[in-house]
This record gives sequence, structure tokens and C-alpha cells, in this order.
Amino acid sequence: MAKRIDVSGLTAYYGSHKAIEDISMTVEPRSVTAFIGPSGCGKSTFLRTLNRMHEVTSGGRVEGKVLLDDEDLYGAGIDPVSVRREVGMVFQRPNPFPTMSIFDNVAAGLRLNGSYKKSELSDVVEKSLKGANLWNEVKDRLNKPGSGLSGGQQQRLCIARAIAVEPKVLLMDEPCSALDPISTLAIEDLIGELKERFTIVIVTHNMQQAARVSDRTAFFNLAAVGQPGRLIEIDDTERIFSNPSVQATEDYISGRFG
Amino acid sequence: MSTASLADKRANSLRGASLPKWSPWAIAAGSLVVAVGVGLAAGLDSKVQWGLIAAILFILGTFGIAARVEGRRQAKDRVATSLVWVAFLLAVIPLVSLIWVTVARGVKVLDVYFLTHSMGVVADSEPGGGIYAAIIGSLEQVGLATVIGAPVGILTAIYLVEYGRGRLAKAVTFFVDVMTGIPSIVAGLFILSLMLIFSMQPFGFAGSLALAILMMPVVVRSTEEMLKLVPNELREASLALGVPKWRTILKVVLPTSIGGITTGVMLAVARIAGETAPVLLLVFGNPFINNNPFEGAQASLPLYIYQQYSQSAGANAAYDRAWAASLTLIAFVMILNMVARGIARWKAPKTGR
Repeated sequence: MAKRIDVSGLTAYYGSHKAIEDISMTVEPRSVTAFIGPSGCGKSTFLRTLNRMHEVTSGGRVEGKVLLDDEDLYGAGIDPVSVRREVGMVFQRPNPFPTMSIFDNVAAGLRLNGSYKKSELSDVVEKSLKGANLWNEVKDRLNKPGSGLSGGQQQRLCIARAIAVEPKVLLMDEPCSALDPISTLAIEDLIGELKERFTIVIVTHNMQQAARVSDRTAFFNLAAVGQPGRLIEIDDTERIFSNPSVQATEDYISGRFG
Repeated sequence: MSTASLADKRANSLRGASLPKWSPWAIAAGSLVVAVGVGLAAGLDSKVQWGLIAAILFILGTFGIAARVEGRRQAKDRVATSLVWVAFLLAVIPLVSLIWVTVARGVKVLDVYFLTHSMGVVADSEPGGGIYAAIIGSLEQVGLATVIGAPVGILTAIYLVEYGRGRLAKAVTFFVDVMTGIPSIVAGLFILSLMLIFSMQPFGFAGSLALAILMMPVVVRSTEEMLKLVPNELREASLALGVPKWRTILKVVLPTSIGGITTGVMLAVARIAGETAPVLLLVFGNPFINNNPFEGAQASLPLYIYQQYSQSAGANAAYDRAWAASLTLIAFVMILNMVARGIARWKAPKTGR
């Protein structure tokens, strides 16, 4: 069951340095939201606060509220490990576990958290690999190492691994930036299918990709050099790219930035 | 104007002269001959001095001849290459000579009898006897030291890399650095002082404790380096799946680095296998077989070698046994090294298709 995210007043720090300030937005279930903006404006930092990965970095600290279907992820007594089982993440560079086979990689999220019979795992692995559009390519070599695949296949493997634990939300941090155009297209098609089951948030540098893939787009920017990043505008993708309300958004989209 | 004249200084053709392939050998042979001649003429007897003169002549000759024929840049290149070769030979020759002498003198008494019998009542100055007691002693002492030292070292390294922030981690790192430099006899004296407080007699496990103290910092350092080599994105991938941190370390980080950690532990074991000083103080040596490391003095290979040399009043039989024991010790360390490499290769992250 995909869940809805409500963020209010979120501020994130690295030690004493404020990285992003006072961000508020809503993400509807079973939709794709894209975060765009220049480098260093805090898009990835904000993404990582949504599954409590920001605090894994040394000195990471968050103030504010993130509600996942009315449950505050930063509330008292909330276990970050449980949060991460509900909110999954796919990273910029494909990172399959090098000591595990393809099968073990996809099953890792389940196996590392409990013990399951091989037959139960086979079903889940097959379903996840089909969901990630990788099943036909690897069904004959599930026991081969995960790092023996090409870049695009490895990234789809990481997506299969993330969806195997059935999270409610899937966060993707520039998932295609290390891939060639054909693999990128495969992943974008995949996102279109996955949004039937999950809420998806994707950070991307590629504005055409944001326009193709997302339902809503959020534009982040620094107020000025040395200032924390802020959410400038969030709206339906069509409106952002044709008729944005804020001048800064229009400048960025039409390339008049910098 | 000036750029035109600078460019003109370059040769018009891409091709340059070059020395024939056999020239380094010729120059080497030539410098050897001249060095021997100079040595004999100056009355220098030592072959080492002849070798050094030959090395210097080789380098100078290479530079001079190459500069004349090929040009200064190629000459400098050849000199650098020859310096590397000379350094390599200087490092390898003593090693090869050591192995040669040990093998030549050690095989005289090395046979199955020697490996399976202890000294017993055979006096140190008479032939006969064997190193079985010493082998058992070494295996047990080193084994117990590893059982103590390796887990403590690995867990300390995990703490320092994965959890440690702040003053406790800094203190631990500092003390591990200090421990790396402890002389082996000091570690032995430390355990000896404890033994004297409790009025204990020498026994094998005391030696294990001292060896564990010597082993721990080496294991901590090498495990730390191996853990730091695991890319952070692997840890993040596991954490993002909702796997708790301790399980991430146990199931993702450790398996990825297990090859390197094993190598580090094996190298530490190889180092302590040859430590004589703490064993001398704490284990005392024993001509009879003692299978129990917790009671009574035990023999040990490095201690046995020392005792055969020092207590035999120069008898040839004793020297032969000492060489054979040295050969056994070197073989033991070499086997450990090869096992370490085998494990590292087997467990390395696979990259096949």
C-alpha cells in the first residue's frame, strides 16, 4: 500500500552548518515527484531525510516533521531501522553487494532481517526481478555474482533489491546519472510501471527526465551563495515546465541560470 | 622570432639512435671486470667491496654511454632503471643466501624421525633426538595466542572504524600505536611479573598471553585498513534496506573484507611464531613432550634453536639440529603465508560473469 508523505518545516544540518531550511510539501501516494535544482542546493540531503539516512552521516541532524500517512518519522521512540524498511532507497551509483550472487542480492533485504525458507525467497526474488524488468535477462544465472552485470542491469538489480522488501515509498537519488541513454530509458519505463504500487520520489539533474517521468516537480535552490537550500516552488509538472509561478524557476528551466 | 629558434632546436626526425638490447649486459660485464681489476690492484679482499665498485661503475658507465649514443633523457631513464635493479639485487641477495644456507645445513638431520621425536634424554652435545616437543609447544602457544589476540584485535578494529567517535576512540588508537612498538621482551617481562606475584611456575599459556599482546596491535592495524577499504556506499545500501547496523557490519562489511583480514591475521601469526624473548622467560623450554600448555614448562621452536646454540658448547650435532629447526620454522611461516593468500583469493569479491 503506497503511503502519502507530508513534510512540514524541515531543516537539516551537517554539524553546525545548515544545509536546507524550512521545507514543507506533500507527496501523494502512487505518484512520481521529481526534485530538480542546481548542484549543492540540498535535493539529495532532503531526500535522505525522508528515510532517516541523513543522520547516518557524521554530524547529520534534522529538525521538523515528516509524516508518513500521519505517523511522524522523527517522533519520539520511532526506530530508524523500521523507517528504512518502509521507505526504500536507490542510489546514484549501482551498489550490489559484491560477495553475493544475484539471487542473494535481491533477497538480502529479507534475509538480513529474518530467516525464510528458500522456496519463499525464490518467489519474492522472481517477483522483484520481474518488477524491475530484469528477470528475463538473469533468470538463468541467478547464482552468478551481482557485480558481473552491466551498469544498467546492476542499477535494475538494486531497484529489485529495494522493492523486494515491499516499501511504501521508493526514493531514487539520480538513479540514471551513471547510465547510458538506453539503460536510462529502461529505468524510466520502469518508474512508470512502479508508480502503480509505490510512491516514488526521484532526484534528477536531467530536466527532460523530470518532465517525462514525474507527475509533480519541486524546484530547490540556494537563496544566495552560502545560504541553506530552500524549496522554491512545487507544482504539477506540466505547469512547472510551461508556466512557473516563480521567476527563479523560470530562469533555471530555460537555462538562464548562472 | 624567438619561438622559431626554440622549435628549430628539436630534431627534424622522430627517430633517434638507440643502444642494442644486449648493452646493459655488456656494461655489467665490463664493470665487473674493471671492478675486479681495481679490487685486486688496490688490495681489497672482500667480494662485497668488489660488488659495490662494480655497481657504481655500472651506473656511471650506463649514464656515460647512453648519454653519448641516445641522449640525456634516455640516459637518465637507463640510470633510474639500473638503480632500481641494483636495489632489488641488494635486497634479494641476502634473502636468497639465507634460504640457501638454511636449506643446505638444515636438511642434514631433517627427517621423519627428527620431526616426530623429542630430545628426551639425549644431551645437547650428542647427536639424535628431535623437535617434536618444540613443534607441539609452538603450535599450542601460537594457537592459543591467536585464539585470544585475533578476535580482540578484529573487534577493536570494528569499534574504531564503525562506531568510534570522540575521546575513547582516540585513546584506543593511541594505545594501539604504543603497543605496536613494545619490544617482545617487555611483553614477556610484563607477564612474568604477574606470574611472580602469584608464584607460578613457567607454563605454555603464559607465553601465549605475551604473544597475544604482541599480536593484537598488528591485527588491529591491518583489520582497520581493510575495513576502511570497504566503500561506504555498500554500508548505505544495506542500511537503506532497513538492516540494523550490527547486522550490516556482520553480513555485508565483514564478508567483503574477510580476505584482507585473514591475510592480516596470518601475517601477525607468522610474526609471533618466531618470537624468542617472551618464550624464553615464560615457557622455559623442556626436552620432554608436554602436551598441556596450562601446566609445566614447554618447548618451543625459536627457543629450541636458541638453546641448541647456546647450551651445546659448539657440538656439531647441536648446530645441525638448530639449522634443521630453523628450516622447520621458516617452512611453517611460509605455509601460513600461502594459506593466507589462498584464503584471500578464495574469499575475494567475485567478478566473474
